[in-house]
Amino acid sequence: MAAVPEELNITPEEYRELVKKERPAPPLWRNALCAFASGGAISLLGQAIQNGFIALGFKPEDASNPTVAVVILLASLLTGLGLFDRLARFAGAGMAVPVTGFANSVTSAALEFKKEGLVLGVGAKMFSLAGTVILFGVITAFVAGLISAIF
Amino acid sequence: MSQKAGRQSVLLDPSPYLTSAAAVVGPMEGKGPLGEDFDLVYPDLRIKEKSFEAAERKMLQEACLLALKKQDLRLGDIDYFLAGDLLNQITVSGYSAAALGIPFFGLYGACSTLTLALSWGAMLVAGGFAQKVLAATSSHNCSAERQYRYPTEYGFQRPRQAQWTVTGAAAAVIGAAGEGPRITAATIGKVVDMGEKDAYGLGAAMAPAAASTLIRHFEDLQRRPDYYDLIVTGDLGQIGAALLRKLLARSGYCLEDNYNDCGLMIYNPELQDVGAGGSGCACSGVVVLGHLYRRMKEGELKRILVVSTGALHSPTTLGQGESIPGVAHAVALEI
Repeated sequence: MAAVPEELNITPEEYRELVKKERPAPPLWRNALCAFASGGAISLLGQAIQNGFIALGFKPEDASNPTVAVVILLASLLTGLGLFDRLARFAGAGMAVPVTGFANSVTSAALEFKKEGLVLGVGAKMFSLAGTVILFGVITAFVAGLISAIF
Repeated sequence: MSQKAGRQSVLLDPSPYLTSAAAVVGPMEGKGPLGEDFDLVYPDLRIKEKSFEAAERKMLQEACLLALKKQDLRLGDIDYFLAGDLLNQITVSGYSAAALGIPFFGLYGACSTLTLALSWGAMLVAGGFAQKVLAATSSHNCSAERQYRYPTEYGFQRPRQAQWTVTGAAAAVIGAAGEGPRITAATIGKVVDMGEKDAYGLGAAMAPAAASTLIRHFEDLQRRPDYYDLIVTGDLGQIGAALLRKLLARSGYCLEDNYNDCGLMIYNPELQDVGAGGSGCACSGVVVLGHLYRRMKEGELKRILVVSTGALHSPTTLGQGESIPGVAHAVALEI
């Protein structure tokens, strides 16, 4: 950190306190309510799709795979239409935590880097945001599998 | 005779004229309270270009050509082109300089570029090194978001202190002779780093730089804030503007109703979801060269001080845990 110019009558510590007072607190209750409502709505939709697949003759344990695929498709479609980011500004974690958030992170990166080519653009950068989810998801699954194998 | 005044300021005599100015903006800025004062409002963010970066280049070039056209100037009449933007290696400006074919000073000052270009251009003209220079800057919400944050279609909740990057471009012709507001003085700012690390709350990172430059300006030129009809900062937003008032008060300068921030002027916060206000090179660019330039020509404002503010970080330095240095340059316009 550089020295504070002499004309400023303040130390970095005092300034940090000043900033803390001015910075608005995140609206936790509003965010939690929005996340609860939107996340619940997405889950409800997922359940309805799953029930639909079961009604079509899927076994209940097999119906979740096509359900996830449909939800991913819908989230990617909303991303492509430019609606996902607008909805997510209100929904927050409600759209980020389900598979919709994962789909959006992949599709938005693919769209963004399409202009840089299929290989070095889409291919290399599509998982720039989702890569971390995949990596730590795999590691967590491995550790969980190890624990369950031992005990 | 132009002269250095005090530690960081210059008095420009004969003062160069801002003979012409033009501002072009995206749709959201067009719907804002200053929409009427812009020369061109684009209907969308891509304007039929293949990328947002290409759209931003087109906007910058269009602003430059409009500024020349207003005075019936041709490209060959301009001695130097001074421009800068937010994108890596200031490609918007470099590619536009290639299209315009004018000798080019590429500037990087992040969102302080407007006053960096105006002060430098005015010094070139007042020093006799040029008859006419073209100063310009631009920013684009989508190209900036993608470079500094996430892909444009990525969905996330923006914190309340986050600001909205203005889409648009502004250009001005600075001439040794002509009509219009004159650039009478400039104060070049020091880079100030108070250890702020919140990349969404850039207003807080830049407010100390704005305060430093303003205090130096007042002391160098022996002026008080009420010397000006209006003092505008570039893009401090709600939080940064409040912090600036407090910082100046600690040094004995009280900003009254004659202070505003371009980031608070360009949008309608009740109707437009922009967080703590506008930001970006184009924020002070289009507000000053679109809105305030007109207000000065119509005689509503006689003396204004423009203090564009920039944050000199990059995603790399942030990722490596460094704090965000800020800078601000002041330019006095009088008519």
